[in-house]
Amino acid sequence: MSTPPLIETIGLIKHFGGMQAIRGVDFSLAEGEIRCLIGPNGAGKSTFFKLLTGQIKPTSGSVRFRGTDLTMLQAHEIARLGIGIKTQQPSVFNGLSVQENLWIAAARHKKGKAIGQSVEAQVERFSLGGFVNSLAGQLAHGQRQWLELGVVLCGDPELILLDEPAAGMTEEERVRTAALILEINRQHPIIVVEHDMSFIRSIAQRITVFNQGMILTEGGAEEVFSNQAVRDVYLGKRAAA
Amino acid sequence: MHPFVRSNASLIAVGVIGIALLVGLPLALELFTLLRVTLFVIFAILALSLAFIWGYGGILCFGHSAFFGLGAYAYAVSVINVGDSTLPIVIAMALPALLAAALGYFMFYARISDVYVGVITLTVTLIFYNVVNSTAGPQYRIGDVHLGGFNGIPNVPSLNVPFDPNAVLGPQDMFWVCMVALMLVYFGLRMLLRMRFGRVLIAVRENESRVEFLGYDARLHKLIAFSIGGAIAGLAGCLFTAWGGFISPTAFSVVQSAQIIIWLMVGGVGTLIGPMIGAALISWLTASLGSQQTVDANVVLGTVLLAFVLLVPKGIAPIVTDQLMPWFLSMCRSKPSVASVSRKDKT
Repeated sequence: MSTPPLIETIGLIKHFGGMQAIRGVDFSLAEGEIRCLIGPNGAGKSTFFKLLTGQIKPTSGSVRFRGTDLTMLQAHEIARLGIGIKTQQPSVFNGLSVQENLWIAAARHKKGKAIGQSVEAQVERFSLGGFVNSLAGQLAHGQRQWLELGVVLCGDPELILLDEPAAGMTEEERVRTAALILEINRQHPIIVVEHDMSFIRSIAQRITVFNQGMILTEGGAEEVFSNQAVRDVYLGKRAAA
Repeated sequence: MHPFVRSNASLIAVGVIGIALLVGLPLALELFTLLRVTLFVIFAILALSLAFIWGYGGILCFGHSAFFGLGAYAYAVSVINVGDSTLPIVIAMALPALLAAALGYFMFYARISDVYVGVITLTVTLIFYNVVNSTAGPQYRIGDVHLGGFNGIPNVPSLNVPFDPNAVLGPQDMFWVCMVALMLVYFGLRMLLRMRFGRVLIAVRENESRVEFLGYDARLHKLIAFSIGGAIAGLAGCLFTAWGGFISPTAFSVVQSAQIIIWLMVGGVGTLIGPMIGAALISWLTASLGSQQTVDANVVLGTVLLAFVLLVPKGIAPIVTDQLMPWFLSMCRSKPSVASVSRKDKT
């Protein structure tokens, strides 16, 4: 008997006025999996990500997490079900210290010493020890990306959704981020939206390729990268030929 | 220094200053001045209410006088009808809190943006102002109270000892009550801001989407904060009416709302102590300018506000804590005392 998917979308459609951003997407993710969503600009990745996280509501179709329909839920209700979200731009509390950022995330479902332990664990994981009392807004871009990852992890999510987690990072930070994501994946299933191919190669096991609001293909990393249709979409048919 | 004292130094300092003023001012000031200071204390409570919802919740309420005026009128109407001030104080806080909750529900749950929240609250206070202004006819009565339109309600009884309407408080008692109320509100808000609710409220001000992504209901936090602010403004309105024995529709006026915002901008948005200082300072300045004929008071107040916005945009309190205090401490440290020299010698 196959295990039910952790999260799935059924016939997901999203229209913005006359434009069809997402056209009937059926997607599923299994427990423990790490999945990369890729596609050229305008393929619908970010819209699909926002539909998964409840930031926008679908025109039709549904998103189910462990069988619960997320379609009509508010963003905070989706988060309470165990979905942790990291947005494309670092979304932290810039006017609060690193420690306060992590504390607020941990205090949602933890009490007393457990909050401090959770904060300390993330400070250590992301090497933020020298900045615990610094304002989040004063951190370098890469450190803020890591802080946001730490904030997400303090919430002990059952599924993590990452939108371009390495955007704007230096090469060194990207390598470190890839290693961190793989480490996090040992305990948490992850969906990563990304368009940087070298970063994708360093973390991907299975890849879903979006094009024109639909899933073009799905499969293992090597299988997808060698797919002619994917090459055509990314490079254009004439260039690929 | 004991860790508890170190981590609560500012709270202890405010408590000591508050008690010193509570005890010292009635002894040091003559009755007329004490009455004026009592008014400044009431305005400080009003300033705290907006300081909490704007400075910490990020909700810019342009029509905060709606809650102040409603509390003032609720007290006046109920105390004249009931005779005893105990229940009217509760009513004067509950009604503005309910209004804030109702207004907040429609604004925050409809995800109305900050600018429109300002516009809506301003509109609400203008509606109150116009409605109450047009209640001069004899048909506008609530129980024994004639609302009086633009003439307001005169002869409102002052506070009395709880459940004893015959034991009416004198001017000095009124000062003590207002000071204790101010301290309770201040320390209550400080405590609230240290709790999870307060920290999340500050986080809502910083980044509402992130708060939602963490599983907190930002709308509910804003609604609760807005209601608490409404209740505190209502308390200020109640004390204001009890202090002067009179209330008129000017309590709902836009000028009143603007004044509260000015107190905060002068004192420092994002602090609690700053708005109290701002309220006392500007109220004192207004009262002093009102007693002379040389300069127009509004011109001076406008100049003061412009000067603060351009030169000290953060307000008094942040300048003192972030710049003057560190400078003062570094000056103290740069002069080695005999004790520190002898300690260095030992090491």
